[in-house]
Amino acid sequence: MKLNKLLSIGVLGAGMIAGVANAEVRDIRIGVDVPYEPMEYRTADGELTGFDIELGNAMCEEIGIKCEWVVQGWDGIIPGLMARKYDAIMSSMTINDKRREQVLFSDPYFTPPSAWFAPADSEITAPDETTLEGMSIGVQRGTLQDNYVTDMYGDVADVNRYATADDMVLDMDSGRLDIVFLDFPVGKSTLLDSEAGDYKTVGEKITEPKQYFGDGFGIAFRKRDEALAEAFNEALATLKENGTYADIEAKYFSE
Amino acid sequence: MESLMNWLQAQLADNSIFTLQTLSYYGEGLVTTVQLVFLSLIIGLVLAVPLAIGRGSKHAWIRLPIFFYCYVFRGTPLLVQLYLIYYGVVFVEGIQDTWLWVILEKPFVPALIAFTLNTGAYTTEIFRGAIKSTPKGEIEAARAYGMSRALMLRRIVLPSAFRRALPAYGNEVIFMLHASAIASVVTIMDLTGAARFVYARFYAPFDAFLFVAAIYLCLTFTIIYFFRHLEKRLLAHLKPVSG
Repeated sequence: MKLNKLLSIGVLGAGMIAGVANAEVRDIRIGVDVPYEPMEYRTADGELTGFDIELGNAMCEEIGIKCEWVVQGWDGIIPGLMARKYDAIMSSMTINDKRREQVLFSDPYFTPPSAWFAPADSEITAPDETTLEGMSIGVQRGTLQDNYVTDMYGDVADVNRYATADDMVLDMDSGRLDIVFLDFPVGKSTLLDSEAGDYKTVGEKITEPKQYFGDGFGIAFRKRDEALAEAFNEALATLKENGTYADIEAKYFSE
Repeated sequence: MESLMNWLQAQLADNSIFTLQTLSYYGEGLVTTVQLVFLSLIIGLVLAVPLAIGRGSKHAWIRLPIFFYCYVFRGTPLLVQLYLIYYGVVFVEGIQDTWLWVILEKPFVPALIAFTLNTGAYTTEIFRGAIKSTPKGEIEAARAYGMSRALMLRRIVLPSAFRRALPAYGNEVIFMLHASAIASVVTIMDLTGAARFVYARFYAPFDAFLFVAAIYLCLTFTIIYFFRHLEKRLLAHLKPVSG
């Protein structure tokens, strides 16, 4: 009898410990602001999709929890996290120190890539200081791409700065520009997918160095949910290892 | 020279915006702006003199096209003209294969054409007004001397018309300098283009634009001074005689 009681207390205690652990990594809700193609948007029949959504779902599956997406406008997205309307934010949020004061970030899961675009018959294959010498390069004024190109190639090439991507496309069509450096999704929609002309990307997509391209996007949690953040970091590492991450990336960021 | 650079570097050491590099952007911008404005004014002036004479012709086929040109270029914003010329030439079929493309490919020449045609139209109107207001007595006197029309134009009408047009033309020069600030929309790195670049790079609108405003003020002051000097010399005969 006594032994029995002791045992049951032990089982209860073990159950409580397990219960506490579960409370830390539990089913969660994730806040997201749509639309921001191709990261998060709705399909024609209203379903949420995009890079963030798919990667988020894959991570949740990896951890073994259920995740529910909550749509929230960008202005109130951090206050919504604090007010427990959801437990995490995965909405292309750039990691920076100002936000770090309020929230806990996961490891960066994505850096939005920039890429070189040129006419399909361009002879440039690998942009560097020799191949770009004397070329007319187009960038959007004041963007990180502008800063990068100005610092890297401002001395050897002719950098043309445009107010909008549309003006730049016009000058690319007319032959005034040899090559442009753009945010990859912008370049894809304005150049690769347009009917105006025949274009291709040149070289690799560029996300380094951090000084220009930033720390990338992170998932934001409340500061005390350290276990949750840790679980997502581990899941991200696993997905990167087993190729799931690359599959999802290819789906949204291939040419 | 090297000690001068070192001195400059020391002066600039405690601010992050006006480094030697950004100052060189402003310097190149200044050169581009002055080139663009000066060239367009000179060509516009050369264009405007015959047009102003033609504008008062008694033949409708000379008078009307000139009137139409002035009307169009004074009646539309310079920004629109610049856009039309820079992006418009592209839509001429096959222009990329002709020699014209060599000069129209870079933004400088299209901008120069737009500015020249614009200032040409205004200057034509300024000169026409001055020619029209030539005192009748001077013309009658020239006729009485038996001068031909061409000689009268050359010796009597134009010299006095230029003098009368001087103050109004000085204004046009200053307007042109300020209007050139829109050149950066077609990717020219003029003074304003440099300011925009520095603004976007350092998120410092006040520093970037106050600095460039100061440069424009200096340029304007130089122009005002030059025209005052010119007026003093050329309009000396119109000054009231003082004891």
